[in-house]
Amino acid sequence: MTPLHGYLLISALLFAIGLAGAVTRRNSIIVLIGIELMLNAANLNFIAFWRFGPNPEALTGVVFALFSIAVAAAEAAVGLALIISIYRHYKTTDLDRVDSMKG
Amino acid sequence: MTAAFIVICLVILASGIAAMTLRNLVHCALSLSITFAGLAALYLQLDAQFVGFAQILVYVGAVAILIVFAILLTRGSEPGRQSIYSPHWLIGVGIAAVVFAVIGAVILSSKALVRPQAPAPEVGVRQLGDQLMTKYVLPLEVLGLLLTAALIGAVILAMQEGHSKRAGGAE
Amino acid sequence: MDWVARNLWLIPVLPLIAAGLSALAKRSQRRFAASLAIGSMAIGLVLSCRAFASAVSHAGTELARQTVNFRWFQLGEGWVKVGWVLDPLTAIMLVMVCVVGLLIFIYSTGYMAHDENFTRFFCFLSLFAAAMLGLVIANSLLLFFICWEIVGLTSYLLIGFWYHKPSAAAAAKKAFITTRIGDLAFLIGMVWLYGQAGTLLFYDNGQGCLEAPALASLAGQITSLGIAVSTGIALLVFCGAIGKSGQLPLHVWLPDAMEGPTPVSALIHAATMVAAGVFLVARVYPLMALAPAGSTGASALVVITWVGALTAVFAASIAVAQTDIKRILAYSTVSQLGFMMLGLGVGGVGVGMFHLITHAFFKALLFMGAGSVIHGCHEEQDVRNMGGLRRFMPITFATYAIGMMALSGVPIFFSGFWSKDEILHAARNWPVTRWPFYLGVAGALLTAFYMTRQMMYVFFGNYRLVLVKTTGSEQRMVAHGGVPAGEHPHVELPAEPHESPGAMVIPLVVLAFFSIVLGFLGTPAWPWIQSFLEGEHLVSGWNTGVLTVMLTSTVVALTGIGLGYWLYGRHPLEAEHADALERWWPNVFTLLRRKYYVDEIYEWVFVGLNAWFAKACDWLDRWVWDGLVQVIGALVVGIAWVDRVLDEQVVNRGFDETCRGISGGGGWFSRFQNGRVQNYLRALGLALAVLVVLLIWGCRAS
Repeated sequence: MTPLHGYLLISALLFAIGLAGAVTRRNSIIVLIGIELMLNAANLNFIAFWRFGPNPEALTGVVFALFSIAVAAAEAAVGLALIISIYRHYKTTDLDRVDSMKG
Repeated sequence: MTAAFIVICLVILASGIAAMTLRNLVHCALSLSITFAGLAALYLQLDAQFVGFAQILVYVGAVAILIVFAILLTRGSEPGRQSIYSPHWLIGVGIAAVVFAVIGAVILSSKALVRPQAPAPEVGVRQLGDQLMTKYVLPLEVLGLLLTAALIGAVILAMQEGHSKRAGGAE
Repeated sequence: MDWVARNLWLIPVLPLIAAGLSALAKRSQRRFAASLAIGSMAIGLVLSCRAFASAVSHAGTELARQTVNFRWFQLGEGWVKVGWVLDPLTAIMLVMVCVVGLLIFIYSTGYMAHDENFTRFFCFLSLFAAAMLGLVIANSLLLFFICWEIVGLTSYLLIGFWYHKPSAAAAAKKAFITTRIGDLAFLIGMVWLYGQAGTLLFYDNGQGCLEAPALASLAGQITSLGIAVSTGIALLVFCGAIGKSGQLPLHVWLPDAMEGPTPVSALIHAATMVAAGVFLVARVYPLMALAPAGSTGASALVVITWVGALTAVFAASIAVAQTDIKRILAYSTVSQLGFMMLGLGVGGVGVGMFHLITHAFFKALLFMGAGSVIHGCHEEQDVRNMGGLRRFMPITFATYAIGMMALSGVPIFFSGFWSKDEILHAARNWPVTRWPFYLGVAGALLTAFYMTRQMMYVFFGNYRLVLVKTTGSEQRMVAHGGVPAGEHPHVELPAEPHESPGAMVIPLVVLAFFSIVLGFLGTPAWPWIQSFLEGEHLVSGWNTGVLTVMLTSTVVALTGIGLGYWLYGRHPLEAEHADALERWWPNVFTLLRRKYYVDEIYEWVFVGLNAWFAKACDWLDRWVWDGLVQVIGALVVGIAWVDRVLDEQVVNRGFDETCRGISGGGGWFSRFQNGRVQNYLRALGLALAVLVVLLIWGCRAS
């Protein structure tokens, strides 16, 4: 059990937790939080692989993680704007009630 | 597996679970911040200091605040006697478990992960800046564009009805 | 070629034009129609005499027969040709038809003077004359047949001239249908001839069907029945003559044809139309006379002879018991036509045609005399109601007597004696058998007998009709088919018989003259007519055979006259007495009077057969064909019903169920799309896991 395994397991567990929350909770903001958790788990994966990878000098993992953070931030902003907009229309953040796309 | 690693992991996991299970949304957001902070600590341990600081700055300083704002803006008349979990929460947990099991199995059975640890790299901000400006300049610019677009989009999304309401109220 | 031979077509065409113009004339233009008819006939007579002179001058030479042929229409690869011919046979017939026709036309102006359909009558008469003359000059069997049919048509029109009378209309129909039966066989024979010989022209420079090459080919072929083709064709053609000339068994129409006006009876049913059958046999005589060796050896002439002989006796026997003045003459005509056929069969063209010519004149004379009698007795036709008319109508009596003696064969001075003698002489010398001779003698006896009977009834004794002033409701006895005298516009009562006007009497005199004179043209010492017709010089002279026959016929004629006088002439006949013969042999008399019940037999057999067949066809049509149609209709309806059920239950329901299933399935599937994002996420997560597992297992396996 190398440290790499440890980091990877942690990130996997965090990913699973984020996923469980995203598909379980009713509130849409909690879903967004879960998504953030999943993104962070992925970031951790990147950094772990960078650190224990063959060529850490290339800084590939770091740059990747940075970009991921930036994009995640942008996505969180847009997502939250969406949630606010939905809240204004449906007067609720309960995801089970927002089902007008029902087939 | 040092003790610091185990402690930080426990903190991360505990706050993560808390973020997912607490009833009060603000508590969830705060737990999320703690998770972010724990992750920053892990980054520091992994010799990715800049990423750790960026994590704190962006995630804790911006994203979490944003989430709190959103929670406050969308707080309706929901004291919530009802369950905070959707009716099919068990399926969701099951699926998450399956996913974890699969990934875990892969990780543990992979032979590619067994390799000697490399020495700690010399990662300074300067090297990072060099890399960003030479090798990754294009993604950087695109990222700028993306952020601009996201900003404008978010503003428009959140503003539209408010604009008309405000316009009606101002006259 | 002679001018007249080239323009022979004028002779029938002029009366045709007269008929056409008369058809367009109004009913009041009587003189116009009559003058057209008589004028065209007169010009035709002049031309005929010219043609006769030409034929006489060319007799015996190679120009004896002049033909003009031309193409008519194309049939297949060949042309159908028609044309006319001028030879001795044609010339004699032309003159006879024109003379008799002209005299009867003149007679008709007097007879039909009171009839309101005068114009129509002359139109039909002209048409008849045109057709008859066309028939005479025809050189093609096709043209002959066409004119034959037109003659039959005009006979129908003229018999049924008084179409308001049901009996007249029925008689016209009977005449037409009966002659049609003969014409059918004639047509079949004609078609067969055309098929075998390739042409219907009689004389065509060696290619005609009556010339040697064609005859040889026809005689050479034998049909399946063992008779030669020529005999078969000849017999079929003779059937047409049987119908038209009233031979046994198709004689039934001639007596009924007396329903027509008397001029019609005189012209058509005595002199000309019925003679057309005899003329036909004379015309195609080369075909009839062929007796080829390979077949059963007999020619058609044997059949013709026997038919003629039997008809002669049969009809004469019926005439003995008739009471209508015209009907006696009608049966007499049938009998004499039988004689003519007999003459043609045993003696050839000369013998038969001689009798035809003489008979035409004296029979026309007799009919016109009968017409005069009828007219004078105010449309009375029953001989039992006449009597003693020689005092009232002397000229009629005299001419009628001449005609009667000619018909009976009183010797020397009367033409009938000489012509009948020729026939009996030839019959006696017939190589096949002598029976026709004996039958001919019996017929001559009967002829003399019934003519004497008629004379006694009509002209001798006292006038038997009871004269009653028609005041109030008392009416006179009405005779057959006549208009009751009370309606006669001309008569003032008391209605005594009177002599007829000049227009009617003068033709009688002319015909009487010819009845005497014509006989001298054919005596055995100088058989001019026979030589002329046969084309060779014949002199039979006074040999024992001839003298024997002359004596026999004289004795027979005088016996017949004597018997008639003894039975009917000794005491004046009384109106209420039955006929003398009836008193002696009532059963035989009834049989004869009822015409051997031939009409009844025909009605029972043929008409009954036709009715039964019609009923059978009706049953068939109603039940079988209509049933079939109904069944098919029901079948179609049934199929349609099954189809509908199938369509509704199977197709529609199946379709509906399928659609419902699809829509149900769709509905069931759409439950996955509940619009909830977390559901989608769950699905995504699961899919991701499954995919990863699959990929890894796949990688691991390989």
